[in-house]
Amino acid sequence: MSRMRFVFSGSGGQGVITAAIILSEAAVLYENLIAVQAQAYGPEARGGATRSDVIIDDQEILFPKVTQPNFLVCLTQEAYHKFSPIVRPGGTILSDTRFVTIHKKSDARQIQLPLYETIMNEIKKPIVLNICMLGAVVALTQIVQQDSILNVLERRIPHEFIEMNKKALDLGIAMGESQRM
Amino acid sequence: MTQNIKFIQGNEVCVEAALYAGLTFYAGYPITPSTEIAEHLAIRLPLISGTFIQMEDEIASICAIIGASLTGNKVMTATSGPGFSLMQEGLGYAIMAEIPCVIVNVQRGGPSTGLPTNVSQSDVFQAQWGTHGDHAIIAMTASSHQDLFEITVDAFNMAETYRTPVILLLDEVIGHMRERVFIPEPGELPLVERLKTAFKEGVDYHPYLPREDGRLPMSDFGGIHRFNVTGLVHDMWGFPSNNPTIAKGLMHHLIDKINNNVHEIARYKEYHMDDASIILVSYGCSARSARHVVENRRKRGEKLGLIELQTLWPFPMHVIRNRCANARYILVVEQNMGQLVHLVKMNVARPDKVFLCNRIDGVFISPTDIRNVLRVIQGRGV
Repeated sequence: MSRMRFVFSGSGGQGVITAAIILSEAAVLYENLIAVQAQAYGPEARGGATRSDVIIDDQEILFPKVTQPNFLVCLTQEAYHKFSPIVRPGGTILSDTRFVTIHKKSDARQIQLPLYETIMNEIKKPIVLNICMLGAVVALTQIVQQDSILNVLERRIPHEFIEMNKKALDLGIAMGESQRM
Repeated sequence: MTQNIKFIQGNEVCVEAALYAGLTFYAGYPITPSTEIAEHLAIRLPLISGTFIQMEDEIASICAIIGASLTGNKVMTATSGPGFSLMQEGLGYAIMAEIPCVIVNVQRGGPSTGLPTNVSQSDVFQAQWGTHGDHAIIAMTASSHQDLFEITVDAFNMAETYRTPVILLLDEVIGHMRERVFIPEPGELPLVERLKTAFKEGVDYHPYLPREDGRLPMSDFGGIHRFNVTGLVHDMWGFPSNNPTIAKGLMHHLIDKINNNVHEIARYKEYHMDDASIILVSYGCSARSARHVVENRRKRGEKLGLIELQTLWPFPMHVIRNRCANARYILVVEQNMGQLVHLVKMNVARPDKVFLCNRIDGVFISPTDIRNVLRVIQGRGV
């Protein structure tokens, strides 16, 4: 496989780091791939700009940070401004229609999905926005099986919240599938 | 999915390995970027009837582990630069009183409170010379989670073998990065247990009288023997002494027990060193970027090699001296204003061929940073 480099960015508390961990854990524990997840964050617990890097490959990964992502996720305008210039030419930028207004000029394919709006209409709990986003990422990249993500969710998430997360994942997958080339 | 595969942060690997090595007592004061060590041990230690204490500060933390070690526990504390500074007094005490303990310093930018969430490797000299007086110390590091597991177990083993504090000098990148690690089965890695005296109750026990092999068997403090422990120069009973012969003998013992065993203590890895003419020397997270460059340049036929040091103190000078003898250039890659580079320069025939490649702005040094310095050294401009 060719190396996939992801950057998940947004605001602290949106769960972008959690989503990055779930994706890489699914790759390592259930798909026998190599993954490294790193993060950059400020001293604040919530509200600061957050970024998490994930590299997935079947070869050893030495340098654990991403300088040019193939796939960039932006869940805030600030993150979009900061990170959209670093995307690899020919890569993909996924952003949320409510939080991000995109620039027209970019070397990457830009995909805007109504992640937040869909979650609020269907589930009414913004807490699962990150899982919905992850569903879209998995559908668009096919980097891991959906079942591998479900396995990780079942291990990490308390029983009573599983259904809500599964639903968010399915909504994200459906939105991602609609944009697949 | 195998039970023994985990995808966790370096700090959690340190916890898993410490428990594997037999840790039963932890006292600490949480500080970024080491906090996850305290966080996970607070959950794990009570489950094995161990003890976790959150102390009021780092001075108290190191004193607590010293006391607990004397009573027979395998002990650890974890901190970062600012806390490590506070621990220096206790560290000197543990060296002098010969108390096994493991001190983890997950390095961040300094001095003072510095850059709490950013990476640095600027406590290399502090690990050796932060506490006053002549002494020897063991300090170790690792660049991958699998190595980190083994090095942490090694740290506990060496603390027991040499009756000394061992510093685990990690960094923010390794501490926070998540990566795959295989947790070995019990028994897969050898463990060194506390060497305890065979002397029975009522028999005079000399806590600082070496056996024929030079090792000092311990007796659990508060158990069947009464003895004194002090930071003063002491005799074989552990009582203070200013007898010049005793003072000289003790200094020699404290330093020789570690420096004479540098070949046993030295852990390092080599990559493509057989015919290397440009040698990179690195350690900790920086070694990942250094190896990235070496592996990529090798594919193009360039003769680059890497020595990754895992033991920083006692400095494995024999490794540098022998392996760098034929190098055209030596590039030391580290994230400080030049610390290990001085030691490398001291141990090669041509110090003018040793260059520093560093980064001090809290940003993890990248392969591009290293490639740029290589170009400059080779006279090709950036």
